Amino acid sequence: MSEIAIELKNITKRFGSVVANENVSISVAKGEILSILGENGSGKTTLMNMLSGIYFPDEGQIFVDGKLALIKSPKDAFDYKIGMIHQHFKLVDVLTVTENIILGLKEKGKYNINKSAKKVEEICQSFGFKIDPMKKIYEMSVSEKQTVEILKVIYRGAEILILDEPTAVLTPSESEQLFVILRKMKDAGKAIIIITHKMHEVLSLSDRVVVLRKGQYIGTVATSSATELSLTEMMVGQAISLNIERSEPVDPKTRLLVNNVSVTNREGVKILKNVSFKAKSGEILGIAGIAGSGQKELLESIAGLRVLKTGSIIYRNPKDNSEEDLRDKSPLQIRNLGVRLSFVPEDRLGMGLVGAMGITDNMMLRSYKSGQGFFLKRKSPRNLADKIIQDLEISTPSTETPVRKLSGGNVQKVLVGREIAASPTVLMAAYPVRGLDINSSYTIYNLLNKQKESGAAVIFVGEDLDVLIELCDRIIVLCGGTISGIVDGRTATKENIGSMMSTAAILGVEH
Amino acid sequence: MIEKAVKEPLIRISKKNDTPLVSAIITRVFAVAIGLIICGIVVMLITGGKTSFFGVFEEMFKGAFGTLRKFKLTLREMTALLCIGLALVPAFKMKFWNIGGEGQALMGVLASIAVLKIFPDMPNEMLLLTMFVASVVAGAIWALIPAFFRAFWNTNETLFTLMMNYVAFQLMAFFIVLWESSPGIHVIKPFTIGYLPQLFGVEYGWNIVIVFSLTIVMFVFMKYSKQGYEISVVGESENTAKYIGINVKAVILKTMAISGGLCGLAGFLLVAGSNHTMNTSLVGGFGFTAIIVAWLAKLNPFYMILTAFYVVFLGIGTDQIASSFNLNDYASDAIIGIALFLVLGCEFFINYKITFRKKSNRKEVG
Repeated sequence: MSEIAIELKNITKRFGSVVANENVSISVAKGEILSILGENGSGKTTLMNMLSGIYFPDEGQIFVDGKLALIKSPKDAFDYKIGMIHQHFKLVDVLTVTENIILGLKEKGKYNINKSAKKVEEICQSFGFKIDPMKKIYEMSVSEKQTVEILKVIYRGAEILILDEPTAVLTPSESEQLFVILRKMKDAGKAIIIITHKMHEVLSLSDRVVVLRKGQYIGTVATSSATELSLTEMMVGQAISLNIERSEPVDPKTRLLVNNVSVTNREGVKILKNVSFKAKSGEILGIAGIAGSGQKELLESIAGLRVLKTGSIIYRNPKDNSEEDLRDKSPLQIRNLGVRLSFVPEDRLGMGLVGAMGITDNMMLRSYKSGQGFFLKRKSPRNLADKIIQDLEISTPSTETPVRKLSGGNVQKVLVGREIAASPTVLMAAYPVRGLDINSSYTIYNLLNKQKESGAAVIFVGEDLDVLIELCDRIIVLCGGTISGIVDGRTATKENIGSMMSTAAILGVEH
Repeated sequence: MIEKAVKEPLIRISKKNDTPLVSAIITRVFAVAIGLIICGIVVMLITGGKTSFFGVFEEMFKGAFGTLRKFKLTLREMTALLCIGLALVPAFKMKFWNIGGEGQALMGVLASIAVLKIFPDMPNEMLLLTMFVASVVAGAIWALIPAFFRAFWNTNETLFTLMMNYVAFQLMAFFIVLWESSPGIHVIKPFTIGYLPQLFGVEYGWNIVIVFSLTIVMFVFMKYSKQGYEISVVGESENTAKYIGINVKAVILKTMAISGGLCGLAGFLLVAGSNHTMNTSLVGGFGFTAIIVAWLAKLNPFYMILTAFYVVFLGIGTDQIASSFNLNDYASDAIIGIALFLVLGCEFFINYKITFRKKSNRKEVG
């Protein structure tokens, strides 16, 4: 193996009584791509934040080029030629690529934008980026913005690149382009660390894989000798089966008729454009699309949280087939119509749960108004809380512990548990497994499947195409606020859905 | 570039998650004690040794509890402060920063005096009841105005409620001149009607009973009522409130009506229970001090009894010190500032842990 670029020795980091990283030792060589794999909460991001100067380790040392390095601030990290590409871009929209890149840099000599632009162009050529240095950020696509972030750290002379879940916002083909770039940088002798939880990316891209589990260092394996199953078992710590059972829909009937719905945001920009589809009882309808294609707005419109510009949302009551238009109705009015609509929103603690309250009080959110009188009745919510804790194996010190203090997976189980407890006829779930470990994810898939079998119309917004294809009966692909296709989950392929996710699909042109 | 001295930071601050209740209480008691000790030393120094360290506290206690009369006055002040503090609880729980307690209480005072002025011949019970209702309504209206603008146009309630205080001041100044007892003196002589009777032979008995029952009611309301629950949900997350179908605008209006109404009640108690007249400094900044009382107690009505007591004790005690040792108001304000700062500051040590660089690490680095 070639020269070691960066080495971490026995790193430990605690937050209060929580151990985020314990005794983690890893190293990356120049010209190597290292994946860090682990479930959410396993300490991947904490570890990388110590490299980029956001946290300081409690114990252990970091060596850069064989010399002890103390990284106390992001500036120190930059001095050690460590560049981090965050999941959320840190770019100024109204500035050009070059302006963004040199922003905050103290270069010697006079400020000369043309000279800088030339340097940017040279970097672009040597790595094969296709970017105009004078283009403004707001005119760019998500993947172009990400390229700018990468350009930024290279321009600043980074030799060690850290990418935190870079493909979460990309379509499959954009991810492929990113990988081409990363391989080129690898050939140029840079050390690359990539954090991800997508197994196929790990296998196709990296040279070695480090696996973390609950803050502990589990091991490093050469990618060539690893398989998806062996890595998953390292991550989870036990043998598991990765199958989702998909039953045939029984007697599907139209439950929800979304017709020609358009929604604008505060600035008057259309977020949803003429969206029409049907959700049927006894089936899972998937919604695919890169992040921010209108998924959130679509579900919120159905739930009565958005004002529609045009269109209607017709609910067909299973009892008597009577129809109700849910347009312009508040969540309370919808519930009072007898529509059992459950909604698991994307931002669990910001919408859906109250972080400062315990599980009991969160169970009460849906039911506190029922019954006469001035006072709250905590008895049945408390029983429900106990039942959900037991059924979904939620680990919490008590039913009164604020849910904010629970782990992401447990928070999600509390929310999904409550929404399912209302025995919904329509169940909408936005990214219900985001941030969950594999076991919890499969628990959630099973719960969704059970709802489907008991006749609910399930709408599932997902980001992992493999899961969508395995779980859903039909899949709607959203792209830029319009439906670019509706496919059958049993026959669809990833490539097929992926191509519909990209803008080219709507414009009808190839890039 | 990398040659520069490499050292672990000397001090690091990290968040503590679960401080046991007992150690939190001990920390707070310590803070109060240290605050008083520093006050003692400061007073000793600025009086140039005219008093001993313990003499300072003797004076403070004399001021607050020295005679039965003084003790009663302390209790009276405390009930007024506690009443406004309790009024702020629902607003603050909703994260509606009502800093207009002063003005809302002043409007309560004004309404009570207006009733006295307009219905001088009413029987006492009727008169008191009318004053009570008028004060509560006046306070509620004064709070509803900013609440309305916040609910419908999302205006900033902090500035709005603050400004409403000054409107209330001026309004009251106007009515003082309008109703002055004799031309040109700008004073309304104390009314001889509309006195809250003694209760069980105790002066201010009604003030005490009303405010202490209010403490219990407020605790139960916030913790066990449906409306209290709605207020907490709206305060924690407006999005969640909308998501479950709470009418957020209605909750904001209802809650502020309660908050302002209770401030108005404090105004009523100030008129009928003690002063029987009005001037612009009648509420005496309690509308602002009550914010400290409420936050020191973390919005728990029962803890607020303690914090209201401590704040009033400090105020009266330092006034006594100032008059005994010929100091001025600034000295007493400075002492109160020091004592309260320590109580607020100790929260840092309850929520955060400080780690110093270990010697052993330094050796390894070298």
